Amino acid sequence: MTPNPAVFAPLLLAALAVFAWGCWKRLSLITLGQPEERGGSLVAHCGGMLKYAFAQKRVLAKPFGINHFIIFWSFLILTVANSEFILNGLLPHVIKLNKLPFMLYIPLAFLIDVASLLALVAVVVASVRRLAAPPYPEARTPEAFFILGLIGSLMVASLTIAASELASSLAVSGVDPVSFLAAARKVMPVAGRLAALLPPLQLEVIHDVAWWVHALALLAFICYLPNSKHMHILTAIPNCFLRRLEKPNSQPRETFAIGNSYGVEQVDGYSWKDLLDTFSCTECGRCQNVCPAHLTGKPLNPRGVIHDIKVNLLENGADIKKGKPSHKALIGEEGEGAISEEAIWSCTTCGACLEACPVFIEQMPKIVQLRRHLVENEARFPEELLNLFENMEGRSNPWGIAPSERTKWCGQLDVKPFDGATTEYLLYVGCAGSFDSRNKHVSVALAQLLDKAGVSWGILGKEEKCCGDSVRRLGNEFVFERMAKENVATFMERGVRKVITQCPHCFSTLKNDYRQFGLELEVIHHSEFLRNLVRDGRLAVDKTTGELGSTVFHDSCYLGRHNDVYDAPRAVIEAATGAAPSEMERNRGAAFCCGAGGGRMWMEEHVGERINLTRVNEALEQKPDTICVACPYCMTMFEDGLKDVKAENIKVRDVAEVMAEALLR
Amino acid sequence: MLIVVCIKQVPDTTQVQIDPVTNTLVRDGIPFIVNPYDTHALEEALRLKDRFGCRVAAISMGPPNAEATLKKALALGVDHAILLSDRVFGGADTLATSKVLAAAIGKLNRDVEEVGLVLCGKQTIDGDTAQVGPGIASRLNYRQLTLVDKIVNIDFAAKNIRVSRKLEGRHEIVQAPLPAMLTVVRELNRPRYPKVAMRLAAAEAVVEVWNNKVLQLEEQSIGLKGSPTWVSKIFSPERVKGEIIGDGYADPAGTAALLIEKLMAKDMLPL
Repeated sequence: MTPNPAVFAPLLLAALAVFAWGCWKRLSLITLGQPEERGGSLVAHCGGMLKYAFAQKRVLAKPFGINHFIIFWSFLILTVANSEFILNGLLPHVIKLNKLPFMLYIPLAFLIDVASLLALVAVVVASVRRLAAPPYPEARTPEAFFILGLIGSLMVASLTIAASELASSLAVSGVDPVSFLAAARKVMPVAGRLAALLPPLQLEVIHDVAWWVHALALLAFICYLPNSKHMHILTAIPNCFLRRLEKPNSQPRETFAIGNSYGVEQVDGYSWKDLLDTFSCTECGRCQNVCPAHLTGKPLNPRGVIHDIKVNLLENGADIKKGKPSHKALIGEEGEGAISEEAIWSCTTCGACLEACPVFIEQMPKIVQLRRHLVENEARFPEELLNLFENMEGRSNPWGIAPSERTKWCGQLDVKPFDGATTEYLLYVGCAGSFDSRNKHVSVALAQLLDKAGVSWGILGKEEKCCGDSVRRLGNEFVFERMAKENVATFMERGVRKVITQCPHCFSTLKNDYRQFGLELEVIHHSEFLRNLVRDGRLAVDKTTGELGSTVFHDSCYLGRHNDVYDAPRAVIEAATGAAPSEMERNRGAAFCCGAGGGRMWMEEHVGERINLTRVNEALEQKPDTICVACPYCMTMFEDGLKDVKAENIKVRDVAEVMAEALLR
Repeated sequence: MLIVVCIKQVPDTTQVQIDPVTNTLVRDGIPFIVNPYDTHALEEALRLKDRFGCRVAAISMGPPNAEATLKKALALGVDHAILLSDRVFGGADTLATSKVLAAAIGKLNRDVEEVGLVLCGKQTIDGDTAQVGPGIASRLNYRQLTLVDKIVNIDFAAKNIRVSRKLEGRHEIVQAPLPAMLTVVRELNRPRYPKVAMRLAAAEAVVEVWNNKVLQLEEQSIGLKGSPTWVSKIFSPERVKGEIIGDGYADPAGTAALLIEKLMAKDMLPL
């Protein structure tokens, strides 16, 4: 059957209708979301889109990304060819690329030809990979193979069409076949070679069959696209454009008033951007492959969270549009489309998923929203958290220790109270540095170093309160808001402008969260501060004791991933020990959490392998004498983990202690 | 059937010091909390409310700022919150306090709804007498069931209750007719956490205040005048010097065995 506009046009119309219907259905679901600002410089948004969507920077961060890069760019090039195909199907012989000026047609024909082959090869490679070594075990879905098969047949069909057209024009023109094909091979290396292989007598049949295969595959693709995970082809580019320009290292404030509800209970409680995220996910699984909870056997899977929100939205969308409550619960045990409470509480908010997602889907903030609902509307949470919340509210520290003991760590040290008029830096000691017996040593080491370098510093003493990091990440925004306001008022009253913290959680909270409460502080983590002191010659290490032996450094999530401080702690260790610390397999932006972030520090870990043991074992692979950390939570998790694996001969030291060891002992 | 919970605002004792001259608590700048045992009484009342739909009233005797304590109770879900506050109630010992509380419960019984159960913490962490609950029961002629760690069964229709009492080294199951007064221990339950909406509503709510014009008690029998108890001296008892047993790091099993032996000798292990 020859290509016939009378048959093709109605089919195309039907496909476009299905396409439009699918797009409208999903886009209208996105509009059910709550308002959210995605402001910022247009240049930065466009730049991000070019870098991450078109240059595929994050996709290419993994070796297999090149395969996707090839398919993506082939698709962009083949958009031209497919447009021609459709127009040609509607008006045969009217619109053809070969009517373009020669200088334009030749390179275009070459590109289309080569792109088709590259895409075909990439699709074959992707299929083999998915069979032999899938990105994650559940990735071998029929859907994945269907779409790969569809793309593959499109490529084979379009190359066959081109080849048969070449061959038949040869038959018509009566030119010298050898020189014609040689010339054609230069323009279309693939179709040109294929043309020589086609049997001359069946050219028309071959062409027509290939044409219809291509037509039907293309129309199927158009229909299928907006109704599947492959919608990412349409949504991933805007999703990259709309990415948050600042790191999602903080949560938005809530408005507390009678009649309000908090966090997200129903799927339309999410913002439109959150909902767009779910349609931008193509389930590549990179988030789950870096998630500490997922990798240690917890029921949380960040890819699953995004998938479940999408399924829930599709299922409840019609009800919500009619103003009815959704019939399928978002939080629950009902399988696909629901997220279990256990999963919600498993998140360490380490941000590995955020860093891994090629299209900037924000998994972790969506989990915190669910926590907010559970804590604030339902008062339902793991029982260990009851004490934490009450201690935080009553005594402003996680252990419920009397606030009067906050300065006990000072011991015999002459620590001055912070005075806004004369003191330059506030040392915000933090709860761990003030109360935890192991971390008090870090406070002492840091205090001695600051004195040695002649820094003007002081503490708030008993007026210091917990920063509120854990309660915020656990979704108890109501209590966090009170704590933040109280601290902000104290800081303002006392004239605090520059703050040194020794805990990345205090660091990030003071720096990123308190901004929402009208306080812009110059917050510096002690690793950066010590690095600067060394750089400026204020702390000079003459000779190292070598007592710590070989070191390995563990990145804290709230210092590294959430705030991009990677080099400073390493520089401090190198200055103090004379050698750079060795690196674990997963380091810097890809570092694996210790397991204590997101309030997990205060919860039991009953399911799966313990996160800290996984990380301790990874550190031990480097055969270190000392594991260096820059966070009190990491300190606790490593010391506990080393005890569990009976490796107590390995030391754990904060970077301040490493420096103090070299300078003061 | 109404359940009445008696709660008290107490200073956070981890943060309290005693004035060596006046023998009184230094309360300046010390945060107040709900007496921890009372939070368990409150929780049990709310659980009964959840189960049987009965109403819960929280009452507290104290200065006007004790309103904060009652607002916490409102945030957790009590239906009535009444502050018993009057200058003439001040300076009360356990006897005078129990008279005021009993009078308030009597009034609730008459004017609001028949009282089936009164719940108190086993004692407060500031006074530590454990006398007010039993005092209330005596004055109201209710059965008193102290140190309750479990309500085994309660039947408001048949008006009886069966509870488990936590005694030293044993439990006692006791049955009594209602109305009854229970004092409770921490093991009874895990208190709930307030929902934000309830907290906001509680913050706006007005706590009813009953003074002596409402209760109409003889002034000689309440407050300082009605208190026969005299505090001659308050002091923190000197801690007897302890001992460090063995080396837990080097020999954990041996150290544990030694510890058990010592505790057994002092009859300190409930077996």
